[in-house]
Amino acid sequence: MAQRELLSGQPVDWQKLKTMYYYMVLSRKLDERMWILNRQGKAAFVISCQGQEGAQVGVALAMDPSVDWITPYYRDLGVVLAFGMTAREVMLGFLAKRDDPSSGGRQMPSHYGLRAKHILTGSSPVTTQVTHAAGLALAMKVRKVPGITASFLGEGSTSQGEFHEALNFASVHKLPLIVVVENNGYAISVPQAHQMSVINVADRASGYGIPGVVVQGSDPLAVYEATVAARERALRGEGPTLIEAKTHRYTPHSSDDDDRSYRPEGELLREKADDPVVMFRNWLTTYQKWDDQQETALLKRVREVVDDATDYAEKAPYPDPSTLLDHVYYSPQV
Amino acid sequence: MAVMSYLEAIRETLRQELRRDSRIIIYGEDVGVRGGVFRVTEGLQKEFGEDRVMDSPLAEAAIIGTAIGAAVNGLRPIPEIQFADFIFPAINQIVQEAARIRYRSNGDFGVPLVIRAPFGGGVHGALYHSQSVEVFFAHVPGLKVVIPGTPYDAKGLLAAAVEDEDPVLYFEHKAAYRSLKGEVPEERYLIPIGKADLKRSGKDISIITYGLMVNYALKAAEALEKEGISAEILDLRSIRPLDVQMILETAKKTGKVLIVHEDNLTGGIGGEISALIAEHALFDLDAPIRRLAGPDVPAMPYSPPLEHAFMITSDKITEAARDLAKF
Repeated sequence: MAQRELLSGQPVDWQKLKTMYYYMVLSRKLDERMWILNRQGKAAFVISCQGQEGAQVGVALAMDPSVDWITPYYRDLGVVLAFGMTAREVMLGFLAKRDDPSSGGRQMPSHYGLRAKHILTGSSPVTTQVTHAAGLALAMKVRKVPGITASFLGEGSTSQGEFHEALNFASVHKLPLIVVVENNGYAISVPQAHQMSVINVADRASGYGIPGVVVQGSDPLAVYEATVAARERALRGEGPTLIEAKTHRYTPHSSDDDDRSYRPEGELLREKADDPVVMFRNWLTTYQKWDDQQETALLKRVREVVDDATDYAEKAPYPDPSTLLDHVYYSPQV
Repeated sequence: MAVMSYLEAIRETLRQELRRDSRIIIYGEDVGVRGGVFRVTEGLQKEFGEDRVMDSPLAEAAIIGTAIGAAVNGLRPIPEIQFADFIFPAINQIVQEAARIRYRSNGDFGVPLVIRAPFGGGVHGALYHSQSVEVFFAHVPGLKVVIPGTPYDAKGLLAAAVEDEDPVLYFEHKAAYRSLKGEVPEERYLIPIGKADLKRSGKDISIITYGLMVNYALKAAEALEKEGISAEILDLRSIRPLDVQMILETAKKTGKVLIVHEDNLTGGIGGEISALIAEHALFDLDAPIRRLAGPDVPAMPYSPPLEHAFMITSDKITEAARDLAKF
């Protein structure tokens, strides 16, 4: 993020900004641990959030998990952690254990979902979650309950018809919805230029008569402010907002991909100069709200959380094969 | 007891359910002011307001996708797909999302959703307003597929579908809407989904069918009776779940089974029923199982002679049943 000034006239909640930084670091470190476990042969699959933490945490912390809902996608580790899912819960899912709250070990890792924390279960076919989010928001409107829904997707997913269908439906019915596109420039190997003919996904908002906002993902405060404004608009009954966060993807698509075959040389290095975790730490430091001592303490705390989650999940039992047939249909017994 | 058409029974059930449960909403293409292209939802928006009975943009995936989100968040949506032929843009939402959400969340989430759609031919609807699509969904664990054959069943099955905690596809035969009439009690009642109904008792052959074909089979049975052939008619009422017990009972009782559906022959539910009987009642049979179904052409043509040639009729059922009885 650039060395931006604080928003004029708005009081700054420094504690909230530090919380933001904590979740960004936790997301990064938990994600790094997943890769280690994968390379150790302890987990079959990883899909990463690295490079998108600022966008993810910035949105999630601008929301109210007690009334709001989210429909995340598979890169949204930072979103779900900041929205209330714990590192242990994430690790249970990552290692496909019985007590994985997202799916009991049924889904691939990072397919988050947890009713108690207002996180809707998601699938692998992309963009279906955006119409679900519009539906969650529709229920809020019809039931006249407070709250908004935020839906998350990558820029490649905006090529799907349901991106359009959901935004159109939500804008026609003025639903309390925020659609957050985390634009990391790639859909597996396909770069944005082969995905769409516009520079900004947010430009498409005009087709729905709604605001489209572009923010830099390495500037979580900007993401946060954009989300607060979008949320207030939604709560006023004025309809959805499209937020596009420009982010980076620091890993291959997944642990089964090798991005050296399609990423131009040097691109990743250039993007690392805009690392959201580093940029935000520098920004906090510039404002003399952060120092080496705090950094050391934070890293120690995060390390403990990640270690604890890993140990806990590694020791946890797998699902019993006898449960294979459970939950196909509703049953009061199981 | 009031005599109602199949369509009126559905509309009055929707009205009764909307009155009973404020969580129910109805939406789809033209269902609001217009009351649906077949008038099934006529008058409902006026009575219940635009929040509960609303027109949606013309986008089936969004209709079902949003209904899933709304169902998760405390509503009981009854979206309408204008014609079953138009359900395919939403098939990803129905099969990969609605059907799998309970399973993939290990029971944390459920999708109480009723998807209504008119289906079937014989109404000059040609390729894209005549299809029988039920078997695509009958293949999918997590879904229920209901197809009423009488106004009475239309009411009881719809109320049961609304009560169900899982996604139910409720297919209404277009040719039944105004042609079928019958007594329908005013009070609410539920017909359990998965229970077949013996619409006629007989001893020589069993005709297993569902939907509009039940009516045609009953007419065929009258004609057969005059020839001295006693036909039993089992109305499946739902093709997922299937009432395996009643299927086997009737197969064992008569020893001769004719399965009838308008849906294409190959891969139709008749194949599954045949397999069940072959697995569990083969030695009770006196004749090979026979299937009478729509021909394996992509869909129903428009021109009247072609359409007629496609359709299953009472006469075709009578003929097939007569052949089987003679075996």
